[in-house]
Amino acid sequence: MDTDDLLSMTGIDKRFAGIPALSAASFSVRRGEVHALIGQNGAGKSTLIKVLTGYHRRDAGDVAFDGKPFEVSSPQQAQANGISTIYQEINLVPYRSITENICLGREKRKFGFLDWSAMHREAEGLLQRFNIRVDVRRPLMEFNTATQQMVAIARAIGFSAKLVIMDEPTSSLDEREVGVLFNVIRQLKQEGVSVVFVSHKLDELYAVCDRVTIMRDGKTIKTARMDEIEKIDLVSSMLGRNIERTEGHATAFSARDETKIGKVLLSAGNLAIGQIVQDVSFNIRSGEIAGFAGLLGAGRTETARLVFGIDRLRAGEMHYGGKVFDPKRPSDAIAAGMGFCTEDRKSEGIVPEMSVAENMMLALMPKLSKSGIIDEKAQREIVERFIKQLGIKCSGPDQKVRELSGGNQQKVLLGRWLAMNPRLLILDEPTRGIDVGAKGEIQSLIKSLADQGLAVLMISSELEEVIEGADRVFVLREGISVAEFDRAAATEDAVMGAMAHGNAPVIAEARP
Amino acid sequence: MTRSKLLSLLGSYGVVLALLLLILFGWLRYDYFLGFFNITSVLRYNSMFALVALGMCFVIMTGGIDLSVGSTAALGSVVAALFSPQGAWIGLGAGVGAGLCVGLVNATLVTRLKIMPFVATLATMLAASGTALLLADNQSVSVSYESGFTTLGQDNLLGFPIPAWIALAAYVVGWVVLNFTSTGRGVLAVGGNEDATRMMGLPADRIKFLVYLASGGLAGLAGVILAAQFGAGQPIEGVGWELFAIAAVVVGGTLLTGGVGSVGATLAGVLLLGILFNVLNFENGKGWISLSAYWQSVIRGLFLLIVVILQAKLSARSTAAVKEY
Ligand SMILES: Nc1ncnc2c1ncn2[C@@H]1O[C@H](COP(=O)(O)OP(=O)(O)OP(=O)(O)O)[C@@H](O)[C@H]1O
Ligand SMILES: [Mg+2]
Repeated sequence: MDTDDLLSMTGIDKRFAGIPALSAASFSVRRGEVHALIGQNGAGKSTLIKVLTGYHRRDAGDVAFDGKPFEVSSPQQAQANGISTIYQEINLVPYRSITENICLGREKRKFGFLDWSAMHREAEGLLQRFNIRVDVRRPLMEFNTATQQMVAIARAIGFSAKLVIMDEPTSSLDEREVGVLFNVIRQLKQEGVSVVFVSHKLDELYAVCDRVTIMRDGKTIKTARMDEIEKIDLVSSMLGRNIERTEGHATAFSARDETKIGKVLLSAGNLAIGQIVQDVSFNIRSGEIAGFAGLLGAGRTETARLVFGIDRLRAGEMHYGGKVFDPKRPSDAIAAGMGFCTEDRKSEGIVPEMSVAENMMLALMPKLSKSGIIDEKAQREIVERFIKQLGIKCSGPDQKVRELSGGNQQKVLLGRWLAMNPRLLILDEPTRGIDVGAKGEIQSLIKSLADQGLAVLMISSELEEVIEGADRVFVLREGISVAEFDRAAATEDAVMGAMAHGNAPVIAEARP
Repeated sequence: MTRSKLLSLLGSYGVVLALLLLILFGWLRYDYFLGFFNITSVLRYNSMFALVALGMCFVIMTGGIDLSVGSTAALGSVVAALFSPQGAWIGLGAGVGAGLCVGLVNATLVTRLKIMPFVATLATMLAASGTALLLADNQSVSVSYESGFTTLGQDNLLGFPIPAWIALAAYVVGWVVLNFTSTGRGVLAVGGNEDATRMMGLPADRIKFLVYLASGGLAGLAGVILAAQFGAGQPIEGVGWELFAIAAVVVGGTLLTGGVGSVGATLAGVLLLGILFNVLNFENGKGWISLSAYWQSVIRGLFLLIVVILQAKLSARSTAAVKEY
């Protein structure tokens, strides 16, 4: 073992019900370094982390931490021994206040009793490092995902650990917030704390990491210095094949045949609901991919929720297939042939305890059953087709969704709506937390679905995805639709300009 | 913001408001409603329920349920009565000890053997009830009057019934534990998201263990007061107490799914239900209409429903208002 090593894991094996998730994986982290851990969905990154922190028991292998053999049987012990972890699924208690979520487990006391004012101060102080000023007494569930993510990070850092592990911490943060997080990581590094950083966004890794370890199929393929490895090499080792660079394209969206685009299917005028959606207008034609661009909090998801009948409109109106459309609840929208893949798959989409098949069939159930009895055979066929088509990595249709990796859960959700044969599909961050390989697959899938006449409303925080994928881009800013671009006009500069400043004249130019 | 604050305040204190309105109603309508005798007898009688509801409140906050509290109280009353000749304190200790034993079994079943709380405590409910009947030989067991045991249930201290003091003390302790100890916060965390609590490194199982143990002990204590108050251990008492306790906890705004709850509001819930019963008795006493026990049940059920619906409406509106950022 290298004397510089803070952590070294060697020959780690882990099987779930006989299926190997890790086989002979090794991983080492030096003192005071930021170490990236990357790999496709299901490569075993989260499992490696959970084995280290004692959440899973390893089947074989050795772990040494801080010069000593490291044997822990619970995350609690790992934490007490200096390893603080932010798990991929934000694991906090939504009903409790921010202070409690940050301080649980290391409460401040005065005369043996909890010292609330000291704890509130500590929580505020920790969040201040992230430029977040909120009322820490309020329940966590009142805050958006980004803030919750920051709370999870603040909690982990507050433990003054020797090693902080972050499993995809940036997937729900916008660029500014990511910048703030990176500053904190650099600070930690200066204090001699090591950081393990999992992310699918390769550019981020170059910005903050010193070394990188690449995983594939439960094995650690390669460890390298970040400044000595090229992005293309990262990608090809992750995928295990040489990929050709698609000239000038960052995504798998290719040019579209304009003739495939039909008549207007959905048009929305001046939608509003309180502060967060104030005045949004847009329309989608069948066979068209319409993109919503905007910063976090611009009201994109909230607009989608209005369309899908989750929230009720306060003002404005919608037309769908030529008729006035006023969905009172999601089942109205589903009946009209809409599907909605939510961004927050954990709380809104996936039923973790149910199997892959059951999750996929949830929305389709009413259609597939004859007088209340489910047609098992038809169900099986559909499920198996989508598992194959979407490349879902699972042991079979009966595996619990809880046991799938994050990216594969997303594919199950996508499969659920595709199985409905919808006319309009709303995709909120369809490729968030999904590895490059699967991302490309999903993007081409979206395109081919549109070619078959499906109207797609795609919300994405990744600019390239919207610009290259969408036939038209609508830019939302602070609850108002400020600009509309067709494919030719949607350049990165133009869209970003509208997202940032919302310069109204663009609308006049871009509208035919 | 002020309006939404007001609403959220009403949401959490709706039960207090309902309680005050009910007291006002009784005071205006009945002559002796706020008389010393009526107040003390309401407090004396309801302190048993208050103790049981306190334990239930903690169990429910972890997302569990304890159906065994009623028969545990019955068992506690029998054991306390049997031991009362040895002295008041020994009777007290024995009753509470019997409750703790049931609590221990519940705690073990739920946390070690991972049996669903509903099932585990349903089983101990039957077992405790059977044990009480066995020990008492199927009849009530008279307590010893010489040892001073009945003081616990029948006497006053500073003008108030001793059982009321005991319940008050228990609620103060419960309130402090919930709000100012890490175990108390852990109770809410486990109920809010058990998996996350484990990942955060909190001793989820130990917290749940303690909660069931405490619930058993408090039910035992309620049994001691029952025996002392009525001068006998009552093996067949306690039927339906668990439902009363659950109702009081829920009316107090504690979520049945766990994670959110309040000790103070639970006390208010107990008083609300107790005083409602008292009001119905007064109404009958007026002689205008005579409400049979059945009608009383119907009215109590409806009343409960109204309070719960009101509370749900109020709290839903307050969070909706907050959610607009
Ligand atoms: N509790 C479990 N039971 C059964 N299988 C599991 C369990 N947890 C993970 N797996 C399997 O182990 C493999 C590795 O999953 P893991 O979550 O570690 O992937 P990952 O690299 O973190 O992927 P992602 O980028 O999607 O988060 C997957 O095939 C997954 O299905
Ligand atoms: Mg993962």
